[in-house]
Amino acid sequence: MEYCILAIETSCDETAAAVIAERKVLSNVIASQQEHHCWGGIVPEIASRAHLERIWFIAEQALEDAGIELDQLDAVACTVQPGLAGSLFVGANFAKGLALGLRRACVPVHHLEGHILSGFLADPALELPAVVLVASGGHTLLVLLESVAQYRLLGSTRDDAAGEAFDKIATLLGLGYPGGPALEQLAQSGTPDIPLPRPLLSDPRFEFSFSGLKTAVRRYLAEHPPQSDADRARIAASAQAAIVEVLVAKTLRAADAFGARSIVLAGGVAANQMLQHSMRTRALRRSVRVIVPERQYVLDNAAMIGLVAHIKLELRGTDAYRTLTFSIDPTPWRMHRHGSNKHARYEDATFSL
Amino acid sequence: MTTTTSSMESEIYSSTSEDETHALAAHFASRLKKGDIVTLSGELGAGKTEFVRGICSYFDVEDIVSSPTFSIINVYTGRLRSGEPVRIVHVDLYRLKTKHELKTIGLEEWLALPDAIKLIEWPEKANGCLSRQHYHVEIRTLPGMDDRRQICIGAVGAACLGHAQK
Repeated sequence: MEYCILAIETSCDETAAAVIAERKVLSNVIASQQEHHCWGGIVPEIASRAHLERIWFIAEQALEDAGIELDQLDAVACTVQPGLAGSLFVGANFAKGLALGLRRACVPVHHLEGHILSGFLADPALELPAVVLVASGGHTLLVLLESVAQYRLLGSTRDDAAGEAFDKIATLLGLGYPGGPALEQLAQSGTPDIPLPRPLLSDPRFEFSFSGLKTAVRRYLAEHPPQSDADRARIAASAQAAIVEVLVAKTLRAADAFGARSIVLAGGVAANQMLQHSMRTRALRRSVRVIVPERQYVLDNAAMIGLVAHIKLELRGTDAYRTLTFSIDPTPWRMHRHGSNKHARYEDATFSL
Repeated sequence: MTTTTSSMESEIYSSTSEDETHALAAHFASRLKKGDIVTLSGELGAGKTEFVRGICSYFDVEDIVSSPTFSIINVYTGRLRSGEPVRIVHVDLYRLKTKHELKTIGLEEWLALPDAIKLIEWPEKANGCLSRQHYHVEIRTLPGMDDRRQICIGAVGAACLGHAQK
């Protein structure tokens, strides 16, 4: 079946809308909340208020770009999990209201499932199984995509997300927000020759930890206060090299372990050039393709939400999504530890759309 | 373990590793009861989240306790020694800039929950808005001392917290 869907994404600081038909993107509009740059982070109150101010405009823009009228829609989709509660509410309530008014289905979508399936936006014939690395300011996870509607969580971060490590190390170096791109730029002129830890690199599990790296950089700065931009560039380059090496090594290890045909990079950190380059170079020796979706599909966007909604409708039809009783949930997934130690249990972490 | 928690006194511990911080936090957690609030101060990388993790392990929280910097508020379910379930609310105010934003994340409502234990990182961002009685944990890094930390635990407000009330 083919469906025409208006998808809404407001889980964090992007107000985004997209129109998807037959799994193809007809339009993809993202209004980055630029005012955050002067605040130094994602500010929840501003985020939800700005979503509210922009959502109609962004949704109308998406429909106009796609050349689709409201009555041509089969369904409305929205991100319901995870994210900032106030921001999720704006998108979900907008979508529910529109669906109610149009008498259409409303499909709730997990934001991370959007990232996990974003490889299909880059390549509709994506070869499976695929290992997907989702790395952003809020999340770092490795996922085995077994079929278009089934995936397994291999591991996530125990503490800070990879993008959060970029942002916080950038803060320690006195760089502005968003820190990740600034750190990446500074790193270009530095040699990564400061020995910093590669947390959990030799651990066979697919978990990450970046909190200790942040502490190591803080300690290094205390002992060797940077005297020049060159000093700061060395530290930036060394920190970036440490983060990238762990991400690449774990992703390739997962690809080897599960016989992956493809590797997909998703989330804001996937836009990092060193990560892309390093992953591609090291994957060359294996028969695995590295897929990096276009930048507009790597960052938070509504097209990936529409794609997941389309796949859900293919599986169950619109009648399964007539009730508007679903709610938002700020948490990602429930992960459990093995007994008293820190390690998560992922064996039963297989999910179906 | 000292049980006096008058507003001026504070207990000082030292830790030489993450594991030790974790153990100290678990020991401290034994005095917490439903409704209590704990604020945690310390610079980036001092070990605030590690301390929270120690508290959570005392209450048998099974979820992975990760940084709530992105989500602002994480809620876990744990168990008191009696086996009774308890919610642990883990808040990180790092990204917040104005007092007004505290309202919109519902901080006051979370703090008022009588049946949850509330752990707040970066309380400085709530500057003056945390008027309720609470424990304050300060983790100090020592220059040139690598993993060594000085951990100060005090009570702010009144002496009706933890054991003192029993």
